Amino acid sequence: MHLIKRRYLLVQIVGSETIDERTFMDAVWNAILQLFGEYGASQTNIILMKYGLKPNHAILRCSHKALDMVKASLASITQVNGEPVALRVLGVSGTLKALQRQKPKAQF
Amino acid sequence: MRKFVDLHLCAPIGNLKQAERMVNLSAELGYRMVGIPTLPNTPQETIRQIEEICKRARVEFVTRIDLMPKTSNELLSNLGRLRRKFEIVSVACTSKNVARQAAKDRRVDLLSPCLAFPCKRFFDYAEAELASKKFVSLEIDMTLILSSSRFPRIRLLSSLRKEVAVARKFDIPITISSGASEETFLRSPQDYAAFSMLFDLPASCALQALSNSPLSIVERNRGKLSPHYVAPGVRVVGK
Repeated sequence: MHLIKRRYLLVQIVGSETIDERTFMDAVWNAILQLFGEYGASQTNIILMKYGLKPNHAILRCSHKALDMVKASLASITQVNGEPVALRVLGVSGTLKALQRQKPKAQF
Repeated sequence: MRKFVDLHLCAPIGNLKQAERMVNLSAELGYRMVGIPTLPNTPQETIRQIEEICKRARVEFVTRIDLMPKTSNELLSNLGRLRRKFEIVSVACTSKNVARQAAKDRRVDLLSPCLAFPCKRFFDYAEAELASKKFVSLEIDMTLILSSSRFPRIRLLSSLRKEVAVARKFDIPITISSGASEETFLRSPQDYAAFSMLFDLPASCALQALSNSPLSIVERNRGKLSPHYVAPGVRVVGK
């Protein structure tokens, strides 16, 4: 069976503490759509795994082939709901466990 | 391990607290050397304070000047006056004449687009040919891409794609810098490398443009500015 390779990204949200889960994912989708269009967005298979981790962290999962696209899209976000925001990718890993090992300070 | 360099951190030198925050964030993101643009009349005391801030954040400070001449004669006179006072000299190409003069002058380190008119770009085959004979590097400010959206961003990415292709064809070093004047526009070198795929620069070349390429410019210029330097290939080793 063909194994689907995925990547888990630990993302830090800097600048605003009032963004909820839905607004965050809307911003991520908008950035992907703006940069790569619907065809590109369909290749990312991006989903939100965890949100609201302390301190202001989230975990996203995407296809490993679309990792650079997702990273570029996350880097392109400069504001959400008019508030200046920066999304920083703190770590990337193939499994959640390895990501936790990489960044033990983020409370999973 | 790579030593990442951001040669264009536009930290406001008038606001030292914000400058400190930006330098600290740069250090946190993985940069080990930052170039902060100053003016020729910036007091030495302010430059010393910035140097102190960088030292506290364990980041090397590089002095930089951004020249924005209107004519090629103005560029030549500025270069004669200021070259030996700064480690990095960048020229914002406001017109074709200025761009051509900057590309063929070995005293210029970086060719950057005019920030006031980011769509006015003059880096073409002719300029690349001139630049390839000197040590001039093409600078890409990522804040320009981050701060634009929709059609301006599309136009900018299209121009950047052409410029990068021309630069790679003529073996002109590319330098990627943040150009950030606010903390929200600062990203890690890996994020910039991923972002560079938008203008068809492979990640390996992008990482080179964030580390080795700017580092070699700084090292070369520091060597030239040292009192032991005489001419290319000639140094005083003892008296």
